[in-house]
Amino acid sequence: MYGNEAVVYGALLGGATHFFGYPITPASEISHAAAIYFPQVGKTFLQAESEVEAVNMIYGASAAGARAITASSGPGISLMQEGLSYIACAELPCVIVDVQRAGPGLGNIWPEQGDYNAVVKGGGHGNYKNVVLTPYSAQEMCDFTYEAFEIADRYRIAVFILTDAYIGQMMEPVRLPRDIKRCKRKEWALYADEKSRRNLISTIYMNPQLLAAQNRKLQEKYKQVEEELCAYEEYRTEDAQFIFIAFGICARICYSAVEQLRREDVRIGLFRPKTLFPFPARRLSELGRSVDKMMVVELNNGQMADDIALSVNCEKPVMKYNWMGGIVPSVVEIVGLVKEDICD
Amino acid sequence: MIEAKVKHVKPAVFYEEFFRKGTGQRNTHYCPGCGHGTAHKLVAEAVTDLGVQDRVVFCSSVGCSVFAYYYFDCCNIQCAHGRAPAVATGIRRVLRDAIIISYQGDGDLAAIGTGAIVHAANRGENITVFFVNNAIYGMTGGQMAPTTLVGQSTKTTPMKRSVESEGYPIGMAELLSSLKAPVFIERVSLGDIKRIFKARRVIRKAIENQVAGRGFSFVEILSPCPVNWKMGADNARRWLLENMEPVFPVQNFRDRADDSRPGRGNKVKEVSDEEYYDLFHIEEESSSCVMQTKHTVGTQSVKIAGFGGQGVLSAGVILAKAALYKGLNSTWLPSYGPEMRGGTANVGVIISSSKIGAPVVDRPDMLIAMNGPSLDAFEESVVKGGLIFVNKSLIKRKVAREDVRTVYVPATDIAKELGLVAAANVVILSIYALCSNVIDIDTLRKIIPEAIKKRNLISINLKAVEAGVSYYDKTRCEV
Repeated sequence: MYGNEAVVYGALLGGATHFFGYPITPASEISHAAAIYFPQVGKTFLQAESEVEAVNMIYGASAAGARAITASSGPGISLMQEGLSYIACAELPCVIVDVQRAGPGLGNIWPEQGDYNAVVKGGGHGNYKNVVLTPYSAQEMCDFTYEAFEIADRYRIAVFILTDAYIGQMMEPVRLPRDIKRCKRKEWALYADEKSRRNLISTIYMNPQLLAAQNRKLQEKYKQVEEELCAYEEYRTEDAQFIFIAFGICARICYSAVEQLRREDVRIGLFRPKTLFPFPARRLSELGRSVDKMMVVELNNGQMADDIALSVNCEKPVMKYNWMGGIVPSVVEIVGLVKEDICD
Repeated sequence: MIEAKVKHVKPAVFYEEFFRKGTGQRNTHYCPGCGHGTAHKLVAEAVTDLGVQDRVVFCSSVGCSVFAYYYFDCCNIQCAHGRAPAVATGIRRVLRDAIIISYQGDGDLAAIGTGAIVHAANRGENITVFFVNNAIYGMTGGQMAPTTLVGQSTKTTPMKRSVESEGYPIGMAELLSSLKAPVFIERVSLGDIKRIFKARRVIRKAIENQVAGRGFSFVEILSPCPVNWKMGADNARRWLLENMEPVFPVQNFRDRADDSRPGRGNKVKEVSDEEYYDLFHIEEESSSCVMQTKHTVGTQSVKIAGFGGQGVLSAGVILAKAALYKGLNSTWLPSYGPEMRGGTANVGVIISSSKIGAPVVDRPDMLIAMNGPSLDAFEESVVKGGLIFVNKSLIKRKVAREDVRTVYVPATDIAKELGLVAAANVVILSIYALCSNVIDIDTLRKIIPEAIKKRNLISINLKAVEAGVSYYDKTRCEV
């Protein structure tokens, strides 16, 4: 099935109850599939008038205890940033899928990873973070979305599925999870009943002391997330002299590049973050000590590479391999670049 | 002389003490002479009288009424500027029995939130919206609102609002009245006691409508803002009567029981695990239809390209599914977006006996070129020693390269005879199956009924497989 379709399966099996969408290439198939499947299992699909309203419908539905999800791409994610800031402050769990296209502006519909900063760093106003999961296959599009709702509810946080046009548009076999999750009652949510009558969902704290306290509470939560959620995958890093660091479609390409370079006796491996927030800094620091060079392959201007340079106390060079505008490098191209750089 | 005794009663929906407010827990935060206090009380009375306090979710918007949750003892949610109708929509779709009140000011509803209110009204969401129009921004300190009167002076129209520069004040009740879905729209005024009593009836009606499940109700409340209008409370009420009411006529715009009942959404139902399994075809692992014996093909990259409508993408699906059936891995990555809808289309399929990394086909081992432009575009990219299928019905030239193998098939002509031009791809796939070790012809026969979504096209595509077989037998096309 399509990566985009797999999101919808993962969502429903993960207990999603509400999908609020707005079409945009290359994420539209998620809305298409949601419009078919959500009603079939008694759940709600609604097309909003814009991404601004879509994210606010999420805000309302999540406040009312639902497991709500939306999906979009760069231009739509920009419009959602206001709502996401409110969602972070009110601590509402939800899932947002960003099938990245190339920007800035209207850009084009080909893959890019230029939303990294806007999604991983928070993106809207204020001191907040989203959990960011980054799938690299149709299987993970399903699995990560499935997991995302549990994470969102556990931490009362927005969970992003940050992927790209190729992973969304690609078809691959997917094994669906058999354990169907259900949305449970939340003591803080608004159920319009006697028990929840005094519950309040709010993001306004006129008293600076109270707002400071809320901020501290959020920061504590992010720290806990960093300790508990970090996930990554390594391929042939045991004896690696060089490592690729990449996520999404780039990780797929680097996987092939590792295979090819290994055949040519280059000791190279792949480090693939599955979570971008929390960022797997600790493990990267370890690897940073054992390898000679780190090759960061991204479809943007080096946004993750900046994080690596920050989080890995780097004496070793962090090489940036960047493509923008919707250009996706071939395996051959990357292999060629690496060969040049390891000779230096 | 008539003696009247006024008895002030606090509606039960108001807290006894405004504990959330911090200091001054007996008074509201509103300025002297402000209409919000009155409007709050009318809403609170209606909720109390209708006995729905436990069912209310109160959506407060950005503006002076953002702190409504200080006073209303019910579920409260504070919404981003202008978005309350969208938030209310989200809540409505979750809580079928809730009484959802969106309480918004003019900066919120009529400026930044114009889109949200229009579409919530147009969907006929079963919610009640109270729109407090005081012709100015209150909380931010007296700037121009979309409802500011022509000639009115504000912080951002110090030279008075002019039609030339800022246009006319917007009539939200009139605007929403152009929509079909709303069941109740009325404008009321808090200009004097008589009008307040009228407003009380209207506000109650707007909530009653929701309790009865009738649909979208909207009440615009003309309300004084003495502080920002820079006048005393008495003068403010007079100014409201004399200046605002002529611009914003106090009247009913819509009052009907709605039969179509839009905005209710689909029915909520409980669905068992088994129903999920059935719908998503989730099967036990053992019953998986994938062949258990894997065979080794290395990695094969295939590019199929042609006009949109030639069945290029579905041929890719058939190939990818056939590979999965053989216990191989496969990926399918199409060209997508506007070019798919007319123009050219192409798809890259990778088949491999090991894990597939990059799904992008840059250097295909095999190319199926369905038309001239496709051959022109991709001929060079085929690997040395690779294979090119040429649809010779449409491509008149020969492959220029000499370091690749080529097969020429009049695929479109064969498919035309069968009566489905789009089956030309399947003719070629069938020949590919016969002359490669990646997929075989029986797998193709088996996969086509699964892979083709339009049921009525399955038999003709199966015929195309057989047509490919007989063409292969006849010509023994050298590969």
